[in-house]
Amino acid sequence: MSEMIKTDVVIIGAGPVGLFAVFELGLYDLKCHLIDILDRPGGQCAELYPEKPIYDIPAWPVISGHELTEKLLEQIKPFSPEFHFNRMVTKLERQEDGTFHVETDEGEVFEAKVVVIAAGGGSFQPKRPPVPGIEEYEGKSVFYSVRRMEEFRDQDILIVGGGDSALDWALNLQPIARSLTVVHRRAEFRAAPDSVKKMFELVESGSVRFELGQVAGLKGADGQLSHAVIKGSEGEVEIPTTRLLPFFGLTMKLGPIADWGLNLHENLIPVNVETFETSEPGIFAIGDINWYPGKLKLILSGFHEAALMTQAAKRIVNPGERVVFQYTTSSTSLQKKLGVS
Amino acid sequence: MAKITFVAFDGTRIEAEAENGSTVMENAIRHAVPGIDAECGGACACATCHVYVDEEWTSTTGDPEAMEEDMLDFAYDVRPNSRLSCQIRVSDELDGLVVHVPERQS
Repeated sequence: MSEMIKTDVVIIGAGPVGLFAVFELGLYDLKCHLIDILDRPGGQCAELYPEKPIYDIPAWPVISGHELTEKLLEQIKPFSPEFHFNRMVTKLERQEDGTFHVETDEGEVFEAKVVVIAAGGGSFQPKRPPVPGIEEYEGKSVFYSVRRMEEFRDQDILIVGGGDSALDWALNLQPIARSLTVVHRRAEFRAAPDSVKKMFELVESGSVRFELGQVAGLKGADGQLSHAVIKGSEGEVEIPTTRLLPFFGLTMKLGPIADWGLNLHENLIPVNVETFETSEPGIFAIGDINWYPGKLKLILSGFHEAALMTQAAKRIVNPGERVVFQYTTSSTSLQKKLGVS
Repeated sequence: MAKITFVAFDGTRIEAEAENGSTVMENAIRHAVPGIDAECGGACACATCHVYVDEEWTSTTGDPEAMEEDMLDFAYDVRPNSRLSCQIRVSDELDGLVVHVPERQS
């Protein structure tokens, strides 16, 4: 087990609301670590709509998901938040001394006085394509990402999809594969034109096979795949396949949050609207993941929730200390923290 | 105005009086059609409002644009009559439209 990381607050989720929580908590001297399953900050703003305009952020008549993320990162910079990407929080447990242990699937353990769940719609996880029986092969022959390239050496690899992940891995794995086939449901690709060009050069030279269609079935035994059935416009073909890599994008799943002993309301976490605390003292939920009467899933609601949550979180981290409410426009102590005075 | 019929996966038919200019997805959400998730809220960014346009109507609703086609790559069980309902805009021409909801969205 790796070393314990001690902090005031662990924020689960680095979307806009998790990021703004760093600001509010920072004004009250609370140090934050953020954990996110994606490889970058921004949450849905980064993954679902980086280039799409948002029109309901106060004082920003129009801003893209990417710009909003960048602005928030700039705003929270004075508080030096620490990010841990590509990780899913698997376990959240209260200790006898009242602190929490937060564990990730990469084996880190955090010790925090307060935990803030800002996990939006849950964690982004790869979509499973509609192929009967695919579950039986997952983890043995079917993978949704490449963690170790060696597992693909001398294998008959089938890659499904038309985006950058699909084509990048086709180009990277082709040199070590016994055979490599790319299947996509149409002739147009979303991937970078350069990758598409390179792939078709490999198709020309016979190093890569391209099939237009969708995976209709899998053949094999005991989790070991032998063939995939591809259904195209001209019927079905069987392709020798020992490794299948489907790249169908990501979907949001609640994931391990359901196992943390919190009360849930239709996969959302009910909170006290004064403090945004969950049914477990010291664990807060803000943004799209929480529920209360009248809840609206808006980024601006999450910002408001972050500010109120901070008042309660401060009392837990520094019990007995008076929580003084101040304005950034006039408080020299807040301005010092922001590095502007 | 146009009358739109949503056929849920279990065969239940839900009829909606849709205003011109609204999207088929918005009408599905307003009438709580089961099986339309619309996670991204209509930004053509998630492929969870996927529907099959009834064969009789495919020529009227037309083909998806490039961005929608890209997003359909992420949908579950894509067929030639697949569309994202957030990208079908209601007009008088669509009066009587029938769309079928897939087994699931992801």
